[in-house]
Amino acid sequence: MSTEVEAAEKVTGEIDLSRVDSLVEPYIGRKEMVIPALQKVQDYFGYLPRPAVEQVSKRMNIPLSRLYGIATFYAQFKMKPRGRYIIRVCKGTACHIQGSPKIAERIEDILEIESGETTDDLRFTLEEVACIGACALAPVIMINDDPHGRLTPDKIKDILDRYQ
Amino acid sequence: MSAIKLTIDGREIEVAPGTTILEAARQLGKDIPTFCYDPELPPNGACRICVVEVEKARALVASCVAPVGAGMVVYTESERVINARKAILTLLIANHPLDCITCEKTGECKLQDYCYRYGVADSDFGGEVKELADDDTNAFFVRDMNKCILCGICVGKCQDVIGAGAIDFTRRGFVSNVGPPFEDAIEDSTCVFCGLCIDSCPVGALIPRYSLGRGRPWQVEKTKTVCPYCSIGCNVTLHVKDNEVIGISPAEENPVNRGHLCVKGKFGWDYLKSGDRLTRPLVKSNGAFVEVSWEEALGLITDNLDQVLDRYGSEAIMGLCSPKTTNEESYLFQKLIRSLGTNNVDSYTRHCHAPAVDGMMEAFGSAAMTNSIGELSETQAVFVIAADPSESHPVISYRVREAVRKGAKLIVADPEPIGLTDLAHHYLPLQEGSAVALVNAMANVIIEENLHDRTFIEKRTEGFEALKSAVAKYTPRYAAEITGIGEDDLRSAARAYAGAEKAAVISTVGMDYSAGNGGLVLALANLALLTGNLGKESAGLYLPYGENNLQGASDMGALPAVLSGYQPVKEKAIREKFSRSWGVKISEEPGLSAADVFQKGSQDPVKAMYILDENPVSCLGGEDSETARFLGDLDFLVVQDIFMTETAALADVILPAAAFAEQQGTYTNTERRVQLTRQAVKPPGEAHPGWAIIAELAGWLGFDWDYGGPEDVFAEMASLTPQYAGMSYEKLAVQGLQWPCPSKDHPGTAFLYEGRFSRGLGLFSVVGHEAAGPEETGAGSCIAAHHACQCQSESMSRRSVIDNFIVSKMCGR
Repeated sequence: MSTEVEAAEKVTGEIDLSRVDSLVEPYIGRKEMVIPALQKVQDYFGYLPRPAVEQVSKRMNIPLSRLYGIATFYAQFKMKPRGRYIIRVCKGTACHIQGSPKIAERIEDILEIESGETTDDLRFTLEEVACIGACALAPVIMINDDPHGRLTPDKIKDILDRYQ
Repeated sequence: MSAIKLTIDGREIEVAPGTTILEAARQLGKDIPTFCYDPELPPNGACRICVVEVEKARALVASCVAPVGAGMVVYTESERVINARKAILTLLIANHPLDCITCEKTGECKLQDYCYRYGVADSDFGGEVKELADDDTNAFFVRDMNKCILCGICVGKCQDVIGAGAIDFTRRGFVSNVGPPFEDAIEDSTCVFCGLCIDSCPVGALIPRYSLGRGRPWQVEKTKTVCPYCSIGCNVTLHVKDNEVIGISPAEENPVNRGHLCVKGKFGWDYLKSGDRLTRPLVKSNGAFVEVSWEEALGLITDNLDQVLDRYGSEAIMGLCSPKTTNEESYLFQKLIRSLGTNNVDSYTRHCHAPAVDGMMEAFGSAAMTNSIGELSETQAVFVIAADPSESHPVISYRVREAVRKGAKLIVADPEPIGLTDLAHHYLPLQEGSAVALVNAMANVIIEENLHDRTFIEKRTEGFEALKSAVAKYTPRYAAEITGIGEDDLRSAARAYAGAEKAAVISTVGMDYSAGNGGLVLALANLALLTGNLGKESAGLYLPYGENNLQGASDMGALPAVLSGYQPVKEKAIREKFSRSWGVKISEEPGLSAADVFQKGSQDPVKAMYILDENPVSCLGGEDSETARFLGDLDFLVVQDIFMTETAALADVILPAAAFAEQQGTYTNTERRVQLTRQAVKPPGEAHPGWAIIAELAGWLGFDWDYGGPEDVFAEMASLTPQYAGMSYEKLAVQGLQWPCPSKDHPGTAFLYEGRFSRGLGLFSVVGHEAAGPEETGAGSCIAAHHACQCQSESMSRRSVIDNFIVSKMCGR
C-alpha cells in the first residue's frame, strides 16, 4: 500500500492529512505514546513526510522540534521516501573480510546513489547494516526479504535487474 | 525530616534531605564546574564535568544529580576528579573550534575558563570535526553550531521555560546537533527570539548580531536598569562601551523577570541609536522645522503660553502625559500644568485601559493588578481568558508554564488557540463575544455545587444574593447555546478553578477599549470574590496594563481629577497640602480628560497643548483625522519626544528628550513595583532628560523649583503621596518596592486587599452577557497584544530590528 501512496504523493505533492488524524486519534492526550504514533504514520506512508509530522504535532500538541528530534534519533524512522526495494548490504566482520565494501561500491555505481539514499524513480533504497546473521553466505545482501549470498561485484547487475 | 550531615573537602555541612551534592558544595562556596546544569531545569547529569569523588563510592558521581547522604565524605577537587574533568575537556575541545582569539565569547566562555583552570590547551584526540555552516539567516543572532557542546540548556529553556519549542536535539551520535525541526533556519521555526538560549549558552555558539565585533566582555561597563516596553518592567543589564549600548542581558537577581526576557527587551532597544532621534530643539518657521538653542525654544514656549493664558485663561491649556515617561517626569509635568492654574492633564492611553480600571474600581475600590507576577508560579489553578500572555506579556506566560510544571491546572478560554493552549488541561474554544456568559455559567456551577467560599463571601463581600439570582439562569446547558462549550467541559473547568486553594485569573481584556469589556472584568471579579481568591498570595485578578509606566503616570496624578496617589482635587485639605508644598494655588475644578477632548469633541476651550511622548495622531486615526486637524489648529503645540512622530510634525516647538537608557528615574510596573531606571549612556546631541526639561521650563515660566536631580523630585512626590511615602531611591535600589508602602520601615505590598478591600467590602456585580458588544472578547487577545507591543511603543519598535518580527508574528493574527 505504501508504494501507491508514495506514487500518488509524488504526482500530486499532497499528503492525506485526514488519514494522519485517524492514525494518531488513539494517542491524542497521551504524549508518552509519541513513538507508536509516529510508527503508525510511517507504516502508512512508508516514511515520515513533513506535512504528516506537522499534523501529528498539531493533533498531539507536541512541538514539531521534539517530533523531529525523536524521529531523527531512532534509526527506524525515515524522513525521506523509500524505494520499493530496500537493499541492505551487510557490513559485518565476515562480510567485510569477504569484500562487502566492493559490493556496496558496485551497487552505488550502478544505482548512482550513496548508502542511505533512494533512487529518483523510488525503485531502490540502499542501506548498510551491521550484520544480518548469514555469515556463511558472506558477502551477503538482502533485497527486501530475499538474501543474495557469496557475491562478487560482477553478479550485482543481474540481481538488481530482477527487481523492477 | 532531619538535616543530613556530610563532609565536603574536609568541611562539615548540614543540609536538607534531597539536596544534591552540587547544591551543598555551593553552599560552602565550592565552585564545581557545570555545563548542563541549570537551576530552573531538571538536572540530567549528562555532561559529567561536575563529577566529584565520594568515599566508598565505586565510581565518580555527577554532583548535580546525586543527592547527599548521611556521613558522606566528598572531595570536589581530588586528583581523580581533576583527571576526569581534564579528560572531558580534552574530548570536548577535540571537536570545538579553538578560535578563541576572535570568538565573541572569549572572557566569559565556560569551556575556555575550565580549560584554563585545568591547564587543558590541546586535545590528543584527532579525528573528524563538525563542519556545519553558520545559520545567520535571521536579523537577531548568529548560530555557529560547530561550537555547540550539546549541554542542552537552550533546549530546556526553549521547550519548558519559554514554551516556544523551536529547537531540540536532532539526530544522534557524532552528527547530533541542536536546532529547529527539518534543519530549518531559526527564522522559519517557532522561535520567538526571546534570547534566552543566547544568554544561557556556556560557549560561543549563539551570538547576538548587535554585539558582533563591538567589544570584549572586560571592556564593557554594565548598568542595571528597566526595560522600556511593556508593563512587566523586566530588569535588564545594559552593556556599554564608549558611551554606546552594545548589548543587553536579563538581570538575574530580581523578582520580576528572574533572568528571562522577550524579544522586545532582548532586541528592541536599538532604536536608541536610530538616526531619527531628535537631538536639538526644533521650532516651526514658515512650515519647516529649524534647529534652535534651548534658550530660544524655551523662551518661545514661555511667550506663547503667556499669550494663551492672557487671552483665554488657564483652562485653555492642556497637558498630555505619557505612559512611557518616568515617574519623576510625569509628576513634574502634572505639577507644571497645575501650577499654570488648570487640572487639564491626562493621558489618552490610559483610556484604552478603562475597562480594567473602571471594573476593578467598582468591585474593589482601587484599580491595580491585585497580585505579583512572581506569585503566579506558585498558584494551583490559572484561568486565562481573552488574553494571550505569550504575545502581550511573555514573562507572565513563563510564570504560568512554571506553575503548570509544578502541578497547577490551566484553563484557557479563547476562540482561537493561544500560546498557552498546548499546556491547558481545559481548553474552552468559546464563541466570539460569549465570555461573560461563560464566566457567569462558571459562577453558576460553583454556587450550585457548593464550591464557593461562604466565609469569605460573608465577611468580605456584599451583593452575593443578587449575583446568585442573576447567574441562576446561566446553567451549563443555557450557556452551551451561547458559548458553544459543552456542559461537561464547562463544569470541569469551573471545578478546576474553584477546587484550587489558590487560583489566579489572567485577562488582557481590560486593555482593550471597546464597549462591553468592562462587563467581563466585573464577571471575572465576581469569580474571584466567589471563591475567596483575593487578598491572598498566588491568587487574584491579573489584568496587566500595556505600557511600561501606565501605572506610574496614573499614580503620579497625570489625571484630570486627582493629584498623585489618586488624591482628589475636589478635596480642600488635599489641595491645601499640595499648595503648601508647591507654593501655587490649585484649581478645584477637575480638568478635561483626554476622552473629553479626543472622543467627545469637547475641544473648544483648549488652545495650547503640551504633549509628552504620546502620539495621538498615529493612534487616533492618522494624519487626516479629526485629531490631527484639532492639533494642527491649536494656537500653540509643544511636543516633547525622542522621535519626530506624526504628532510632533504638527508642533510649533519640539523638545528632544532622553530615552530610557539615558536618564535616571523610576518606573512603576503593573504589579505596582517602583523600580529604579539608571543612566547608562549620554543622551544624543542636546537631548535632555524629560524631568530636567520640565524643571527648566518651569523656571522660564516663573516658578521657583529647585531640584538637584530626579531623586529630589521623587522625594518631594513621596512626601505628598501616601502609597509612596516610605520609598526612597536608596530603598528602591535593591529590588524596588511595591505600593502601598506607607512608611520608611514598610516592606511594600506584594498583594492587595489582605483583610480589607479599598472600598471596604468587595462588591459582586450583576452582569448580563447581552451587555457585551460583538467585539467584546476573543479578538481582545490580539488587540491586547497589539497594544502591548505596538501602539504606544510603536515609535520605538518601528525603529528597531524587532519591527518586522512583531508586525508579522506577534500582531499578525
